[in-house]
Amino acid sequence: MLISIAWKNIWRNKLRSAVVIIAVTLGLIGGIMSVGIMFGSSDQRIKDALNDYVSEIQIHHPKYSENNEAKYIIKNSDNAEKIISEIPGVKSVCSRMKIIGMANSPEAAVGIVINGINPEREKKVTDIYTKIPDSLGTYFKNTKRNPVLISSKLAEKLNLHLRSKVVLTFQEKNGTMTGGAFRVSGIYKTNNSMFDETNIFVKKEDLARLTLFPENTAHEIAVRITDKKQLETIKADISKKYPDLSVMTWKELQPDLAMVTDFMNQMMAIFMIIILSALGFGIVNTMLMVVLERIKEIGMLMAVGMNRIRVFTMIMLETVFLSVVGGGIGMAVSAILLNYFGRVGMSFSSVSKGLESFGYSAVIFPKVETSFYFMLSFLIILTGIIASVYPAIKAVKLNPAEAVRTDA
Amino acid sequence: MNIIETKNLHKTYKESEIEVHAVRGVDLSFEQGEFTAIVGPSGSGKTTLLNMIGGLDKPTEGEIIIDGINISTLKGSKLIDFRLRKIGFVFQAYNLIPVLTAKENVEFIMNLQKRPKKERIKRAEDLLKAVGLGDRMNARPSKLSGGQQQRVAVARALASKPMFILADEPTANLDSESTRNLLEIMETLNKEENITFIFSTHDTRVVNKARRIITIDDGKVLSDEKK
Repeated sequence: MLISIAWKNIWRNKLRSAVVIIAVTLGLIGGIMSVGIMFGSSDQRIKDALNDYVSEIQIHHPKYSENNEAKYIIKNSDNAEKIISEIPGVKSVCSRMKIIGMANSPEAAVGIVINGINPEREKKVTDIYTKIPDSLGTYFKNTKRNPVLISSKLAEKLNLHLRSKVVLTFQEKNGTMTGGAFRVSGIYKTNNSMFDETNIFVKKEDLARLTLFPENTAHEIAVRITDKKQLETIKADISKKYPDLSVMTWKELQPDLAMVTDFMNQMMAIFMIIILSALGFGIVNTMLMVVLERIKEIGMLMAVGMNRIRVFTMIMLETVFLSVVGGGIGMAVSAILLNYFGRVGMSFSSVSKGLESFGYSAVIFPKVETSFYFMLSFLIILTGIIASVYPAIKAVKLNPAEAVRTDA
Repeated sequence: MNIIETKNLHKTYKESEIEVHAVRGVDLSFEQGEFTAIVGPSGSGKTTLLNMIGGLDKPTEGEIIIDGINISTLKGSKLIDFRLRKIGFVFQAYNLIPVLTAKENVEFIMNLQKRPKKERIKRAEDLLKAVGLGDRMNARPSKLSGGQQQRVAVARALASKPMFILADEPTANLDSESTRNLLEIMETLNKEENITFIFSTHDTRVVNKARRIITIDDGKVLSDEKK
């Protein structure tokens, strides 16, 4: 009966309850959407990074990771690719040569990382082949000799166009400087302008020929996996097979990226706690008014035999119901909005340059984990309970003899 | 046999630094089945006396023995529980729960007593019929007249099967018709079911019906007459 009374009580003053419910609803929509945008953007940043260049696992010569010296190679890389691809949970494997060099055009010279790739096998590991607009060339097609993929950012810096010639200089196997003329076969663009500025792609066979490294060697083997939960297990499996090589997960390779998720989780929690605290104070105020308006009634309840625990519980239930109704509506509306914008995306084109310089896409697909709703539901109920304490204490402290004779 | 006894009851409280002696040494006893009116002018101490008998207020001095228990020694939940089981209250302003129907208001007390649902429903219906509201059981207080609300309050007070009912100026807000109705109902319940009623009032219509009239003034019993 207490539950029924508390539920009915919140609808006694419909306007006042509606104001509180709308405030909670709007507060939560604002909070959840902001969290969705934060989480969606960071999630996308990680996905983009994994798909465009990092991959879940990378394998290097142990000393290569120290300062990227070309001499630290993985021998017999084709065989390694084959063996690793047979490990359960591995989706695809691809080896690359990675050499630091300079890209020179008549206009400028820029320090770059030259990625020597096997175009077809690379497709299974990175999405670079999808990042070339139709009007800006092809993925290593239509250019017979020394094709190179450069980013639009680099093209702008070096004033290069499709089919322009660019001279790449780098060290060959024995340390002697060498170089070669390459022709731009495609211009790509990822969401990470920092990556774009420093990475170009050539065929592995071309780079091997110019550097005098055997084609069956690599500086890096990228591994994609099917289930992210198996990351550590697969890493351990690879390490077991290749104890002399350095096997690192994306979290070790890009700790800043890994930190983004943890940081966002903490930010989300702080953000929601601030919003719920603000709403909590609003609810406290409303419930104090409720108690003051019902002094006589509460006094009567205590006079006829309703003990303090029951009075406290009744006020607490009313507060929790108000919070839960507002919270429920807020979460439902947010879920609908997140579902819609999660599919069509939210464009932040006005700040795209800034976002891309940090590797974030200008089109964000907001999303939140299902577990977030559970956490939020718990926080909403907790807010209701905490917000009810002060008004409920006020109520139980009433003297029934005086309360029944007041005008309230 | 006495069901209520007050011994040398005093109540003093402070109002803006001035000590007010609301009740000064009242010795009274009440028997089962009484229909008693406590009368006196405003500020005479009758409501304070009633509040103390009802366990809503503590005496500064003296004892209140109800059913052999000195209730001035009871505290917190024990006192609330005592009120719930032994005393029925009828207030001047009806004080029903506005969100509940007449039947639910009567049931509410029994719910606090944790009585089984079937018993609650049956007793609530029987009591509402007894006070002439068999056809208004599902109406909320806002849909009932003052007289009808007060009759629901009487049914509610009876629902807990109390030893006695304390009614603080129950007719103060009622018109003549409603007052007559209410008094008839209470008189019938008193005569037929031996229910003890103690009123505080200055309504002559109530006084005329009472079989015992205790007059109080300045916190003291001036007279105690039985008809």
